[in-house]
This record gives sequence, structure tokens and C-alpha cells, in this order.
Amino acid sequence: MKFSNEEILETIGMIAEDKLDIRTVTLGISLLDCSDPDPTACARKVREKILAKGADLSRKADFISDEYGLPIVNKRISLTPISLVVPIADPAAFIEVAHAVDRAAAEIDVNFVGGYTAMIQKGETSIDRAMIEAMPEVLSTTTRFCASVILASTKAGINMDGCYTMSKVMKDTAARTAKDDGIGCAKLVLFANPVEDNPFMAGGFYGTGESESSILVGVSGPGAVRRALERLGPDADLGEVAETIKKTAFKITRAGELVGKKLAKILGVAFGNLDLSLAPTPAEGDSVGQILETMGLAMPGAPGSTAALMMLNDAVKKGGLFASSSVGGLSGAFIPISEDASMIRAAEAGAITLEKLEAMTSVCSVGLDMIAVPGDTSAETLAAVIADEMAIGCANNKTTAVRIIPAPGKKVGDSVYFGGLLGSAPIMAVSQVSSETFVKRGGRIPAPLQSLKN
Amino acid sequence: MTDKNKKCIIITVIGKDEVGIVAKVATALAEDRINIIDLNQKILGDEIFAMTLLADRVGSNLSLPEITEKLKASVKGMSLEVTVQDSEVFQYMHRV
Repeated sequence: MKFSNEEILETIGMIAEDKLDIRTVTLGISLLDCSDPDPTACARKVREKILAKGADLSRKADFISDEYGLPIVNKRISLTPISLVVPIADPAAFIEVAHAVDRAAAEIDVNFVGGYTAMIQKGETSIDRAMIEAMPEVLSTTTRFCASVILASTKAGINMDGCYTMSKVMKDTAARTAKDDGIGCAKLVLFANPVEDNPFMAGGFYGTGESESSILVGVSGPGAVRRALERLGPDADLGEVAETIKKTAFKITRAGELVGKKLAKILGVAFGNLDLSLAPTPAEGDSVGQILETMGLAMPGAPGSTAALMMLNDAVKKGGLFASSSVGGLSGAFIPISEDASMIRAAEAGAITLEKLEAMTSVCSVGLDMIAVPGDTSAETLAAVIADEMAIGCANNKTTAVRIIPAPGKKVGDSVYFGGLLGSAPIMAVSQVSSETFVKRGGRIPAPLQSLKN
Repeated sequence: MTDKNKKCIIITVIGKDEVGIVAKVATALAEDRINIIDLNQKILGDEIFAMTLLADRVGSNLSLPEITEKLKASVKGMSLEVTVQDSEVFQYMHRV
């Protein structure tokens, strides 16, 4: 036999018990040829392009999934930032196009589309302003179209006016979706240094340097990493732990590479890249927090969590890079609260706080993710939290993001329930010390120095 | 597999040992012109049956889900888990 029993049973076990899966196959579609000053014509062109390119995505992904016995959890679409496609500074135009995207996504059975995106790290155009003005309406009246706004970059610094504007958009969006605990904010990601080929939602968009259309694959498998570490036992030193993570990441990445190449081939598009992120789901065992527990921390958030996470993130990259020449996207460990059973427990027990999470995001992708905070948190405080996270991204030349839900009417001790992959989360405490004067100064924090780094 | 004329699949059957498992699976495969290339079978502990089987499905018109359904039907009533996957998965994950 070409493969040993052990190898075959290991793979079967990784899929059946450790929940190894292809987390998402995302079809990137360029909309640069859909621009039209007439909003109705623009919406029609966008819709037709999504339907033309994406009609077969779901069915063909299911076929590949059946052939290889690898579950493909989500089929998604990422689009050229809509602020580059709708050439009119009119919020109504953006609402019309967004609704067309949402309906097209439903027709072809994809659960999320990314690309309601603006890039304002250095400043806004009148089009950006109209697009952002329409955002609360778009996020509260569509279910599939995800928004992202780039507020900072290492080269531009931090747009503090943008941080303040977006904190108000978050509050408005939460209020408009109050009956669902502010779920509109779960579809809004604020970025420093985003990647342009990220298959994961809600922060995915299809950058201007990408080809006409391509397949972006997001692999996952925190369960498989945890299981491998459990087998290693508690006496192995951290070098051995890193080695085991690398080997497991290699295998996970290879599975994703196979699926991506085959799917791109039968869809007749390019294989864009593979994002080898460890992305948890609310399912028990499919958790990044539990990997930290298996490493020897009683709960994520314990002292040592930042060090453990740095090692995990780094070892995943090292293993994955050898497995595929198409590694891109975010490629690291995600530490959302609501989507990870172990992180939820740690937040409920007070083991992990917003401040510790902020520290942990300096060594992993992506940022403050799926965190519910009290609904009465002021826009100024939210803007300051956003700015802090942007600063970590800018100074460290990496992607950071903020996806916070100021849940209307909720206080520390309450919980929010979003359902499905978005999970549930306890409301986390936010510092009550005021940042108001700092935030209201506005302007731009200049780009940080890239030399003399000590 | 590198052989272009073959469409290799890996079948695994795991569960409680009983008389006739190999015969039932092999018969079901033969009925659909799926050729067994290699077969590994062990009893783990005293009662867990574990079989991994490499086969070529180039002569069959069935899709992989259909093959899986057929094999599951062939051992219906027995406490067994059956999986069928294209062998490329194992090639990718276990060979550099």
C-alpha cells in the first residue's frame, strides 16, 4: 500500500474527530468593469457579474468536498471595494448597489460577501463619505454584505477623524439592529494594514492588484493542532511543542492546497492563495483557546498567553509555508471571543480582559474580534479603543482589526446571542476612564518611524 | 497516484468485528467494477475491525457519494463506519 494504516487513520481522525475542514472557499471577483454613474445600471452590472462568475461556486465546492471527503464549511464571495465601483457621492446609490449584492448572494447560496469597503487611512473622498453615511442602513437592511474600513497603515499613520466617525457608525448600526443584540456590527471590520486577498469574512475584500477572478481558500483546524499537542503530553518542552504545531499545520495546509487547486480548475479561474489561519468556531473542540490550554495555561488570558500565542502563530506559518507556495491572506491564529468556546469561558470567568486581548493581538492575527461591550460605551471611548488597536498594527507593520459590538441595553454580566458561526459572547468591561479630549482633537497620527527600532 | 489511467480511492471501514465484512465490501465493489488494488485489515484490541483499502474506480460510473452510500448499504445493520475519499488527499497530506 502506498500509505500506511496509521497515515490513513490519522487523516480520517483529523476530519471526523478533530473537525479539520476547509473553513471557506471564497471567490474573488473584480468589479472594476461594473462602474456606472447611474446607480441602477451600476447595481445591475454588479449583480450580473456576481451571478455570472459565482453561479457554480456552491455546487462545484460541494462536488470537491464529496470527492475528497474534506468538509467545505462556507462558500463566499469577495468583491473589489465598493467605494471604487460606485462613482457617485450619494448614499442612496450605495444602498441600491448593496441591496443588489445581497440579493445576488442569496440567489447563488453564499452566506457572506465581503467588499462594502472604503480606504480612508489618510483621508476621505466625497464618495467615501457617502459610502460610510449609507453604512448603518446597509448593515441593518442586508444580511450577507460585510463592510470594512481601512483606518490606518504603517505608511499613512492613523486617521483619527476616521476612528471617531466609525465609532459613531458602530453605535448607529448597533441601535438599528438592537433587537438582534446589535448583530449589524458583527459584519463591520475596521483595519490597519489589511491584506487584499483575505478569504475570511467579515473583513475580506478583493484588492485592486488581484486578477479578474480567483479562488481564495481559508483552511482551519485548531482541533487537529490541539489533538496533536495532547498526544505529545505535558512533559514535552516548548521546542517540541512548536515542532508538532508545524507538522500539523503542514498537513492542514496541504489539504487546503489540494481543494483550492482542484476547485479553481473546475471553475476555470486562477488559484489565488491559501490562508492558513487557525479560525475557531463555537463548536466544542474547534477552539484556539483550547490549544493555549493544552499548552499548559489554565485559561486563555492567563499570564503567558501572549508568549504562547506568539509561538503558536509563528509555528503555524512556518509549517504552512513549506506546504504551499500560494500562502497569503492573514495566515495566523484568530482569537475572537464569541466564536470560540474556550475564549467565552475565559471571558465569563474574568480570566481574559479587553486589555489582555489587546496585548495578545500584537503577536497574532487579527485583532479585537467579535467582542461585545456595554451598549452605553461612548463613541469617544470606542474610537480610542479602535485607535489603540490601529496603533499596534501600524507600529508592528502587521494587520490588526477591530470588530466590536456595543450591544444596545446590555451591561457587564449580560450575554449576547448571534447564533450560527457568530456564536454568543459575554459583555466585557471597558475602561471608564475618559479619552474624550484626545479623540476630539481629530486629525491624523503621523506614520511611525520604520528605522531606529528599539 | 501518478498513474493517469487510474482513479484511486481510499476506503476505510472501522467498527465492531463480525463475520463477513471483507466479503460484503469486496462484493459491493466488484458489482460496480471497482478494482481492489491493495488491502490492509487488522483487528485492534480484541474486537475493533479496521480495514483500509486502495481501489481503482475508473471502471465505475458512480460518484464518490454514491459509492459511499452503496458501501454503507452493504454493511447495513453492522456497527461500522465507512469513509471513501480520493487518494490524492493522502498523497497531499502525507507525502512531500
